[in-house]
Amino acid sequence: MSHKPWIGQPVSRIEGQLKVTGVARYAGDYHVPELLCGYVVNSAITRGKILEIDTREAKAINGVVEVFTHQNRPSLAWFDLQYADMDAPSGAPFRPLQHDDIKYNGQPIALVVAETFELARYAASIISVTYKEERFSTDLESNKDKARNPKMGLATFLKPLPAKPSGDFDKAFSDATAQVSADFTHAAEHHNPIELFATTVVYEEDGKLTIYDKTQGTINCQLYVGNVFGLHYNDVRVISPYVGGAFGSGLRPQYQLFLSVMAALELKRSVRVTLDRQQMFTFGHRPPTMQQTRFGADAQGKVTALSHEALAETSQYEDYTEVVVNWSNMLYPAANTSFGYKLVPLDVFSPLDMRAPGGSTGMHAIESSMDQLAYALKIDPLALRLINYTDFDVTANRPYSSKELRQCYLQGAEKFGWSDRNPEPRSMRRGHKLVGYGMATGIWEAMQVLARVEALMTAEGKLEINSAVTDIGTGTLTVMTQIAADELGLPLENVTFSYGDSKMPFAPVQGGSFTVSTVGSAVKAAGKALRKKLLKKAKNMADSPLKNMSEKEVVFERGGIALKHNPDVIVYFKDIVATRKNKAIKTTNMAFPNVFKLKNYTRAAHSAAFVEVEVDEELGTIQVTRAITAVAAGNIINPKTARSQILGGMVWGISKALFEETVTDHRFGKYMNQNLAEYHIPVHADIHDLDVIFVTEKDEIVNELGSKGIGEIGLVAMPPAIANAIYHATGKRINQLPIHFDQLL
Amino acid sequence: MQTNPTGLKPKIALANSRVISFHVNGIPRMVDVSPWVSLLDALREHLDLTGTKKGCDHGQCGACTVLCDGKRILSCLTLAVMKEGSEITTIEGLAQDNHLHPLQKAFIKHDAFQCGYCTPGQICSAIGMLSEGKANSRAEVQELMSGNLCRCGANTNIIDAIMEIKNAGGYE
Repeated sequence: MSHKPWIGQPVSRIEGQLKVTGVARYAGDYHVPELLCGYVVNSAITRGKILEIDTREAKAINGVVEVFTHQNRPSLAWFDLQYADMDAPSGAPFRPLQHDDIKYNGQPIALVVAETFELARYAASIISVTYKEERFSTDLESNKDKARNPKMGLATFLKPLPAKPSGDFDKAFSDATAQVSADFTHAAEHHNPIELFATTVVYEEDGKLTIYDKTQGTINCQLYVGNVFGLHYNDVRVISPYVGGAFGSGLRPQYQLFLSVMAALELKRSVRVTLDRQQMFTFGHRPPTMQQTRFGADAQGKVTALSHEALAETSQYEDYTEVVVNWSNMLYPAANTSFGYKLVPLDVFSPLDMRAPGGSTGMHAIESSMDQLAYALKIDPLALRLINYTDFDVTANRPYSSKELRQCYLQGAEKFGWSDRNPEPRSMRRGHKLVGYGMATGIWEAMQVLARVEALMTAEGKLEINSAVTDIGTGTLTVMTQIAADELGLPLENVTFSYGDSKMPFAPVQGGSFTVSTVGSAVKAAGKALRKKLLKKAKNMADSPLKNMSEKEVVFERGGIALKHNPDVIVYFKDIVATRKNKAIKTTNMAFPNVFKLKNYTRAAHSAAFVEVEVDEELGTIQVTRAITAVAAGNIINPKTARSQILGGMVWGISKALFEETVTDHRFGKYMNQNLAEYHIPVHADIHDLDVIFVTEKDEIVNELGSKGIGEIGLVAMPPAIANAIYHATGKRINQLPIHFDQLL
Repeated sequence: MQTNPTGLKPKIALANSRVISFHVNGIPRMVDVSPWVSLLDALREHLDLTGTKKGCDHGQCGACTVLCDGKRILSCLTLAVMKEGSEITTIEGLAQDNHLHPLQKAFIKHDAFQCGYCTPGQICSAIGMLSEGKANSRAEVQELMSGNLCRCGANTNIIDAIMEIKNAGGYE
């Protein structure tokens, strides 16, 4: 009975029962005695100064404990660096209640703290504020002339700026047999996880803080609170066991964390601040972006010239950047290129990474342009991708560590029935509906950063693994348990993965599709170290049958260490621990990316999306009736949760293409649809037949698990595939997202 | 009858508060609430039944769906004082004697959630929807479940889970 690997098995979510029974508690679900409730007051103007903020009436209400504003907030850290978190872009981070300045519409300007939620909310509603308004700009389009290069910062390390031009783009473009050029416009989007941002700060008897926070990084928030409030890190514990979706919004500490900690410290009481849905539109968002592409190809379809320029919004105080224009040349090895990425600072909150930041923006422009190019050349869109296929990344002058994109194309096309497509626009129909088929490519870099993991073997022979990492719904708990179980050859029920607590070993923020590669590799490293330790101790036991055995001669299975050539000889883990007076055997290890090996390869996950749309000929209404995404992302640890990740990405792609946008009224500098009735995301009736293919991809370079990450790759190819399908159905090329029925009438 | 078993009631005396009684998950409960307290906040803040979630407080997301006398309602758009004498079932009350409700099992089997935040509302809503008897097809189930948003994009898995239970019968 040897160990059957858990990696690769479709294990159901380990926390599933807790989530379907309502037992799982999220940040705003924690109760402690005498908990106070906070409610935030937000600025009604976009730029200017607070002349007066009258809190007397609010404070007079029985049950209102305090109202905090810039006038009575405690003295805090001075330097910008103390407010910077792991995901802070270059600039000066926003500081809540710092002074009377208003930087954007919806800025938090006061916190009411009361005995009940309803009292706090009511008191917040009667605070009157007098402002001095100043001129502001929130519109990207009409401020294009203010575009400038982004400032470099630490964040630029993970988000490289565009490559320098190569060859002679202008000449190659004008010489090209087929040329396409197009402009693309994307609206702002807000993450809108269904869980509202909330922080419950428990003020412990010794003055230490236990903080339940909605975040993607427990240690990120612990360091932030320590730095800003001048607290010893050991006196701040941030816990986020369950996170009700985040999609990037929890990569930076949000203002409810700051406000609730401030109130708890000042009042020496436990405080909870939960934002309302309107306030979920008052911090980070995907920035509005304008792009221009110019692609040229020769008569055989070889892409010879690529130009891609983007102009994106940022705030007046930070240079938030994304990788928008770097992708096309990674996919299509043209020799003549020109790329540009510029920022326009506006009077808004700093944009923030939102699922597939940059990639989902850039790939729409790139893959729609490729579709146009296919039509200009009269070549099938899929064939055009295959003509330009490469295993070599010309942008970095090195091969891919692995790239099974060709299999994505072929298997996806086969299952979808791409060959049934009549390339002529408006040529396929079903009753009064026009039918369109579209396809597109996706790419996302496979990254690995640093994490530490603690592994310990208990007196019961059970394995415990600890990491500060969160599980935002991606399946981290389940896949880490699988990885750990394989390391020691244990059944899943004998492995406990504890996470979401800043007291545990270091993990970075959970994002960028790098959690499995980063924390998973650390689990492997700790598992390996623990195996060594256990074997050493087993060898030292009295009359040990393993005395002269090396790790190669034994196997870890059935809760112990057995001899390979004679499996009847086994020393159980619990007996090894017993020799140490039942004191758990433990080890803490860090996993490092192998930079010497990695630097010779580009590492990326790839995908191909195939989409069918139906467009009502009279009404213009659009439905994605079916879609298939084929993914090459290396080793898939858990095909069940991985499939859900890709399905989720596909739904996000449908949402980006057809539904979601935050609309600004630039006369007021204010978002106009700050609620879930007017900020549209797909409902069940909008989502039809979705399918996922994981193609086999072996990668011995990317990391020890051979796994590339799947959080974003399901999204990036979908918006262009949908836009291309709409073109095929209707003959109309709409380059502005989201695409609405009225644009097709 | 229990009053404030959780010790969550604030120390101050609130004007106009009144004691109401109803059954929650089969247990008689009494809460002392102001008339403006929503059923959602009464469940969460007064009875510590935080399985019912707040996603918008405006009736736009469905996360707060509970069953009231067998019908699905949005607890955020319901004042607690309106439900005197009612039988409320929340997500915490669906499993009987540690046996999950078939739909709870189906949600796990079909991986019908990721973050799990909309899940209590999806499950309560689906149970209410199935007993309404209006949905005859997958398309109708999709339509009648469209008041419950899922941001993780588990939509197809959620409908798969509900269809399995619907097809197993017992709701006609």
